[in-house]
Amino acid sequence: MKFREAVRTATIQAMARNPAVFLIGVGIIDPRAVWGTLSGTLEQFGAERVVEGPLAEDALTGICVGAATMGMRPLLVHHRVDFVMLSMNQLINHAAKWRAMFGRQQHVPMVVRAVVGRGWGNGPQHTQSHHALFAHVPGLKTVVPTNPYDAKGLLLAAIEDDGPVIYIEHRWFHEDEGTVPEAYYVTPIGKAAILRQGTDVTLAAVGPMVTESLKAAAGLEQSGLSAEVIDMRTLRPLDMETVVQSVAKTGRLVVADSDWSPCGVASEIIAGVAEHALDALKASPMRVAWPDSAVPSSQTIEGKFYPGAADIQAAALQACARLQEAALVQSTVKRFEGPF
Amino acid sequence: MREPEPLSAQVRRDLYYRMQLIRQVEERIQASYHLREMRSPAHLYIGHEAVAAGVCAALRQDDLVFPYYRSHGWYLAKGGDLNAMMAELFGRETGCSKGWGGSMHLIDVKAGVMGTSAIVGGTIPHAAGAALALRMQGRTSVVAVSFGDGAVEEGVFHETLNFAALQQLPIVFICENNLYSVNTHIRDRQAQVEIFRRAESQGLPGVLVDGNDAEGVYREAAHAIARARGGDGPTLLECRTYRFIEHCGVNEDPDLGYRAAEEVARWRARDPLELGKRLIEAAAAERMTREIELHIDEAFSYARSSPFPTALFPEEVVP
Repeated sequence: MKFREAVRTATIQAMARNPAVFLIGVGIIDPRAVWGTLSGTLEQFGAERVVEGPLAEDALTGICVGAATMGMRPLLVHHRVDFVMLSMNQLINHAAKWRAMFGRQQHVPMVVRAVVGRGWGNGPQHTQSHHALFAHVPGLKTVVPTNPYDAKGLLLAAIEDDGPVIYIEHRWFHEDEGTVPEAYYVTPIGKAAILRQGTDVTLAAVGPMVTESLKAAAGLEQSGLSAEVIDMRTLRPLDMETVVQSVAKTGRLVVADSDWSPCGVASEIIAGVAEHALDALKASPMRVAWPDSAVPSSQTIEGKFYPGAADIQAAALQACARLQEAALVQSTVKRFEGPF
Repeated sequence: MREPEPLSAQVRRDLYYRMQLIRQVEERIQASYHLREMRSPAHLYIGHEAVAAGVCAALRQDDLVFPYYRSHGWYLAKGGDLNAMMAELFGRETGCSKGWGGSMHLIDVKAGVMGTSAIVGGTIPHAAGAALALRMQGRTSVVAVSFGDGAVEEGVFHETLNFAALQQLPIVFICENNLYSVNTHIRDRQAQVEIFRRAESQGLPGVLVDGNDAEGVYREAAHAIARARGGDGPTLLECRTYRFIEHCGVNEDPDLGYRAAEEVARWRARDPLELGKRLIEAAAAERMTREIELHIDEAFSYARSSPFPTALFPEEVVP
């Protein structure tokens, strides 16, 4: 099943299973149905539970807070993470605070599902991930699925959670195929996945950098290096235990993040390893993340902007002091066939 | 125009009681704030009492209010637990928010007082979300949300009015226009100062109300609530009123010079409690005052004798 179909299946299963779950968002009744991820929901559940929102991101987020405190489970969908910036007051000052602010007597079981629009020259304001911003805030959980199985499992877990949860969805993965069970299941929030076992270097990755890390690991194998690849999947709570255990075994760490580096998730993971496994480190940990600039639009520089498998492989080789020996793999070049 | 039907003695008494309760509790807060036992920024409601009293007297017990940081009045008028409110102001574990919220974050879900926000306009969309939820759940309760004139300048006010009108939600928007956002006059902030007129552009009726006249607030609120409950959608009530005390704190503020002494005096002459004296006989009002005094004594002792919270709870499991 494709990633986008896994998102759709999870949404429909959650809505069919629990009448408290409803959809809301700008443009969700559009015939394109958010790249097909919501196809059929309006027909199956009606306008009562598929609520088209005016272009009012902050109010829609607050409406979800209010509905959630009344026992509903809203699923707010944004075509771009960038639009979530318009709702930071309700998301950070309200949704994330509500539980603590009233002494834990109210919960806000809402999910914000927001899509990252990398590709087709989407440029500075349509491609941001911002997961580090969200993961910084107590009271808000952040998940980033990277394959169809977790796309379904993490969305269902997010809807089940007492929340609030932000679900960062990379459109980059929409066409990826994977095995997705028909039955209802959840991917636990707060647990990273070890996608490949290894002994020489740990590659801890977020979002599309997970795919790149797997490629880099294949390249490293050619040099006789065994890389362990971890898909962080959940950024808050962050599963440091899995990373620390891995580094205790490998002694080397490269963190590959699909976001900016300063004050980011990669920094947080390295800080955690420094606190809990400093003695295990045989080399300085390294970060492979976005260059310190906005995402450019033109294809020539957009291609240069994103780090990929080759950069991760190079960093790992450096960590293993083997840089001179290997030919680098190709980073993924994916064409998102626009225009939207 | 036809003379409106007189209100029943019970409603008149009820209106006066709610106003008197708010006034007395806040005067007691004023009297003991200097002891520094209540370490929380208090935004007193003194002067506004007719608004919360008038609206809440027109609501059912199972209706909901979404107040803002000037929240004591709404909390009390809707029947929020006085002991839990005072304990919250004293920062005690028995407070309505267990010491996590303070004066600006009162809540009493049982009484229909939903959580309040310290961010201007913050609870306006929550109220619309609750109204949406009530409809989805097939319940007949309605929602009232209050906010000041400053909130009208926030984008979320306009966003929410549009959504509520679009969805014909069972909600009443209540703007308490006291002319000042902190200490800045509305004319320095808004080109259209007739706030009720903003409703028309969002597709809902807007009504101007004398916010110092509890009876008038009650009548207009009852009408708007009936509309909301009947499925005819939202209404915006602009209640013009006045804050007698400083924006935040327990004192008067003539030293700041942002408002003229004559202006304050003019509004003081229309004190909602004074205007409200016609609602009830003097002897009954006096009895009521004594009863309330006892409740307040009890609430202050309850707050003082309650334990402080001792532990922080981590929001998430962070290793």
